Amino acid sequence: MPEGIVVVTPQEGGRVRRVAYEMVSLAQGLAPGAVTAVTFGPEAEATASALGKYGADQVVALNGPAYQRYSSDGFALAVQALIDHVDPEAVFFPATAWGKDLAPRVAGLLQAGLASDCIAVTRGSDGRLQAVRPIYAGKAFATVSIQSQRQLFSIRPNIQAIVEHGRAGTLLPFTPSVDPSAFQAVAVEVRSQASDKPDLTEAEIIVSGGRGIKAPENFRLLEDLADALGAALGSSRPVADEGWVPHSYHIGQTGKVVSPTVYFAIGISGAIQHLAGISGAKYIVAINNDPEAPIFKAANYGIVGDLFQVVPALTAEIRRMKENA
Amino acid sequence: MKQVPDTATLIRLQPGAKQIETQGIKWVINPYDEFALEEGLRLKERWGGEVVLVALGPARVEEAIRQGLAMGADRAVHVLTNDAVELDVWLVAQALARVCREEGYDLILTGKQAVDDDQAQVGPLVAVALGLPQVTVVVQLAIDAESRRLRAERELEGAIEVVEAPLPAVVTAQRGLNEPRYPTLPNIMKAKRKEVRTVAWESLGLEAAPLVRIESLSLPPARPAAKILTGDPEEAARELARLLREEAHVI
Ligand SMILES: Cc1cc2nc3c(=O)[nH]c(=O)nc-3n(C[C@H](O)[C@H](O)[C@H](O)COP(=O)(O)OP(=O)(O)OC[C@H]3O[C@@H](n4cnc5c(N)ncnc54)[C@H](O)[C@@H]3O)c2cc1C
Ligand SMILES: Nc1ncnc2c1ncn2[C@@H]1O[C@H](COP(=O)(O)O)[C@@H](O)[C@H]1O
Repeated sequence: MPEGIVVVTPQEGGRVRRVAYEMVSLAQGLAPGAVTAVTFGPEAEATASALGKYGADQVVALNGPAYQRYSSDGFALAVQALIDHVDPEAVFFPATAWGKDLAPRVAGLLQAGLASDCIAVTRGSDGRLQAVRPIYAGKAFATVSIQSQRQLFSIRPNIQAIVEHGRAGTLLPFTPSVDPSAFQAVAVEVRSQASDKPDLTEAEIIVSGGRGIKAPENFRLLEDLADALGAALGSSRPVADEGWVPHSYHIGQTGKVVSPTVYFAIGISGAIQHLAGISGAKYIVAINNDPEAPIFKAANYGIVGDLFQVVPALTAEIRRMKENA
Repeated sequence: MKQVPDTATLIRLQPGAKQIETQGIKWVINPYDEFALEEGLRLKERWGGEVVLVALGPARVEEAIRQGLAMGADRAVHVLTNDAVELDVWLVAQALARVCREEGYDLILTGKQAVDDDQAQVGPLVAVALGLPQVTVVVQLAIDAESRRLRAERELEGAIEVVEAPLPAVVTAQRGLNEPRYPTLPNIMKAKRKEVRTVAWESLGLEAAPLVRIESLSLPPARPAAKILTGDPEEAARELARLLREEAHVI
């Protein structure tokens, strides 16, 4: 009987992103069976103790020459070999660009079902796993089950609290027999778009601007608020289309789908395509001078007012609160 | 290329249904698939060859196919399904891969995801089924026909990854890859006469056993009515900050 869960995660310089801890915590809560995390590349073995702390019973560090550069087909073969070896019930991937590239490749090799971008995984009454995943960019939720023997899921960041399990995370030696000279698609370069702001899909707080900001230089006001809050920046689609902000800021049905604790929609009308991308936000704050703007129907808190007055006042108030804290 | 509900659609459910209420829906080409098709057309303009559209779905999909042909695709294959078959990305990908194998290819382009099921899987699953490499979420693509290799830029969180791969390959298109063209009137007329080969789903001999099964659908929980603050901006800002601290516990 397949048992346990394999968690597949990237790492960099011996460190993993928070979503990796979220996944091992989630996996540990769904035991029986061991949680095996697998990481790739130089310093992969350095992730063992941190992954162990949050729920990995064992860690496979694929740090040989084959894994120095990402290859979707190559890494998928390695994961397939590991899964054959460990024989788990389920496999988790992060629902990030990396995980969403690799997971369907592995699903294809294993001929297994994969549910993408899940916001919950639980054990159903029949003992099998069940997942909830947003469809139509969050306008509806589907509860799905996987019919194949191995059940694959990619897990959206920010949907699971991390839990300290205090395990050791022992290294499991494993060398997949893959031939790196046969790897086809290979990442030859990564250009990071330098930013000191947290990434949108993992951010706790997002400050997002729409056409109401009127001109690109006014985005400064939103940056100040984001700085005061430690928030990431986002935007509606037209603002990104105009080139006022980078394309990566675009939130909504055809942009990023986000699930922060608080989402500030500033000068955003609240079109259905925009709302689709933010339905996972716990709190939505709307600042708009049109009391009829649809965004107020989706919001938890709203200020009807001129953003050019409200936003600086809010920034100042938050700074004051934080200084007094 | 997939046909999906227009992104402005309000999603409605029937109690107990495993599909959304499709009455009155306006159907459009999946937005990401327009980038995929546009890229195919540009490659054809540069290197020659033929652009073949492949779409799987019920009879209504013909409309999207005609639009794609009007954009400039040379011909199309329509895998015709009936609503009684329970499909998932796995089955769709196996069917599309079969058609691709029959047609032959140098490059297979799909959207990065369909904006209805949001699975982002069909491109990679087709790639595996055909033993091809893949590059997903591509914002820039360069093909070298002589060496038969591609170099693509794909979007990561806060970074761009450059990937090289041999052809044939599967590439999934992200917004930003290009600006899709609008069909011109003469091309809309021409599209009416272009060849659409219909392949019955049943004739593919795929066992209709989806790997991902929808158990139930629900709508997201409604938010409680908003607390709306009006009046003096300074005061409203102060009150909002207080609510964020005391109710939402985020400051
Ligand atoms: C296929 C398709 C996909 C799409 N996908 C997306 C998507 O993913 N994401 C997305 O965002 N959009 C998307 N859209 C576009 C969407 O329909 C809307 O056009 C867009 O979201 C509107 O952006 P906005 O709210 O910034 O601008 P507007 O609708 O112009 O709203 C500006 C708002 O600012 C307010 N305002 C103006 N001045 C001030 C001021 N001084 N103080 C306070 N408030 C002020 C106004 O009252 C107004 O409500 C899509 C459209 C299509 C057709
Ligand atoms: N029924 C279909 N017919 C043709 N292409 C499809 C179909 N379903 C998915 N695709 C392609 O695969 C991409 C990803 O779809 P998905 O994996 O469903 O998110 C889409 O953007 C389409 O290009």
